[in-house]
Amino acid sequence: MTLVDHLPALQVVVPLLTAPIAAVLRPRDLAWAAATAASATAFAIAIALTAAVLAGSGTGGVLRYEMGGWAAPYGIELAVDSLSALVLLLITGSSTVALLAGRRDVARTMELHRQPLFYAAWLTAVAGLAGIAVTGDAFNVFVFMEISSLATYVLIAGGQDRRALTSVFKYLIMGTVGATFYLIGVGLVYMMTGTLNFADMEARMADVPARAPVLVAAGFITVGLALKAAVFPLHVWLPNAYAYAPHAVTTFIAASSTKVALYVLLRFDFVVFQHNLPPHAEQFADFVLPLAVAGVLFGSAVALFESNLKRLLGYSSVAQIGYIVLGAGLVDAAGLSAGVLHMFNHALAKGTLFLAVVLMSQRLISFDLIHIDGIGRRMPWTMAAFALAAASLVGIPGTAGFVSKWYLLSAAFAQGALGILLAAVILVSSLMALAYLWRVLEPAYFGTPLETSGAGGEAPLGPLLVLWAAALGNVYFGLVPGLPLELAQNAAALLLGAGP
Amino acid sequence: MELIGHFHYLVFAVLLMTGFYALVAKQNLIKKLLGLSIFQSAVFLLYITMSTREGGTAPIIRPEAVDQIYANPLPQVLILTAIVVGIATMALGLAIVVRIREEYDSIEDNQIRRMDRRS
Repeated sequence: MTLVDHLPALQVVVPLLTAPIAAVLRPRDLAWAAATAASATAFAIAIALTAAVLAGSGTGGVLRYEMGGWAAPYGIELAVDSLSALVLLLITGSSTVALLAGRRDVARTMELHRQPLFYAAWLTAVAGLAGIAVTGDAFNVFVFMEISSLATYVLIAGGQDRRALTSVFKYLIMGTVGATFYLIGVGLVYMMTGTLNFADMEARMADVPARAPVLVAAGFITVGLALKAAVFPLHVWLPNAYAYAPHAVTTFIAASSTKVALYVLLRFDFVVFQHNLPPHAEQFADFVLPLAVAGVLFGSAVALFESNLKRLLGYSSVAQIGYIVLGAGLVDAAGLSAGVLHMFNHALAKGTLFLAVVLMSQRLISFDLIHIDGIGRRMPWTMAAFALAAASLVGIPGTAGFVSKWYLLSAAFAQGALGILLAAVILVSSLMALAYLWRVLEPAYFGTPLETSGAGGEAPLGPLLVLWAAALGNVYFGLVPGLPLELAQNAAALLLGAGP
Repeated sequence: MELIGHFHYLVFAVLLMTGFYALVAKQNLIKKLLGLSIFQSAVFLLYITMSTREGGTAPIIRPEAVDQIYANPLPQVLILTAIVVGIATMALGLAIVVRIREEYDSIEDNQIRRMDRRS
């Protein structure tokens, strides 16, 4: 085996092994450098894996790796396909970008002796999330999910405001309940099939005589993961966790953690249950479509009245997760690929918005909307990037958000009468998104700055370049959507076909 | 008969809901964490009872034992991992409660909410 064959394992191992090293690097910024290097390496590995998956290497476009040389289904198998490759790009990319832009903010807000541990927790979170995306084993997913969740709780609790602690407590309770529900579901599936490997589960499920336990398992798994993914109405942990986390952490988790939970949800529901529970498609659609529609409308509506910029963007995330679930709830190739594509594009847009927030945090005393008056004139380049990402979130043509909303709309229209209703929901909430983002842009450009809002001009060049790279990514993937589109379409085909 | 045959599922469901009730209804953050712990323990029991067989012993293969029934070791190993995860969650949860007490001087959820609303 060459090094290339080991890439699926290295994707997890590199950040996981760098984490304890970062924890003991005491000199200023050394831990940050180690974390950024590990994260960038992981990003490079994710790009290499994506290239390999797109080139069709491995068996049927799936790269398989036997952990410790134990063959599946007895050993734990890592399996990287188009869907995992897309999620891996999001995790490692957002982590790298957030680390690059977030160093000053973390250095300013956190005591020096805590920083190495903070970066160690960061790398552990990256390793856990990447582990969820590469593994082909249901119980392994649970373990990685808890690794990443525990590390994320630590990261969020690093926020300056004391409300970070109460919001992280709420997140810990709800996250653990979600993970435990998932564990119950996996237990029931194991009881019926005697296996934990996704592909093997799918194959053996056909011989299971009793449908009831599998149905219960499907319920527990769907609800548990919906909790982790903050699908409305299970989103209540999200806005506060986003708002009071350190700004760099918000950038990272907004772009990755809910997407990873949705990834597991899609994988379980479509690969394992779809073909084995006859009415599953209808049940899944009946369950998630109303929640998706309610989430889209509720998230946008609350964002219209929210007075804190980070909470506003958090509620916007609840709405955007609704779009992704809506795509998946259509249960056809067009809907699924639109949903998966929106996963990518939303991560890109929301990541960029929160990245702009990281840069602005240096110049603002708080993110209450009354304090952002005039920030667009003090930081023209930062705010321009924010505006660009906001355009992508709304879905202005020429940006990435437009492409996925276009696909979402055309998938909805293929559904007939129901589709017209869904399309109306998408259009209304896009207008609402325009309105709530305008509530930020208008005072930022035309407001008169309060003297108490903070001082200083444009952000330093380094973070600004990172922000603009992300912002231009929104334009690039809007004009040339080939890469995420191909990954999303392959992923939809894999999910609807038999086996991963 | 049916009821007795499903006895361990009943225990699982009752424990699960007991824990869940404490999680939702209790105001004290420590009691919430205890509820979470009971909630998780119920799932541990589900896995462990799933692996036992009547007359089954520990899965150590000895040449003299013919037709011996063994308990399935895999769920037990899985749950060992889940117990470790549960302990880590509990430890982190308690650590957060300690920090909350330092910052708010209270571990009662309703009092903390009131303070948050005021600030």
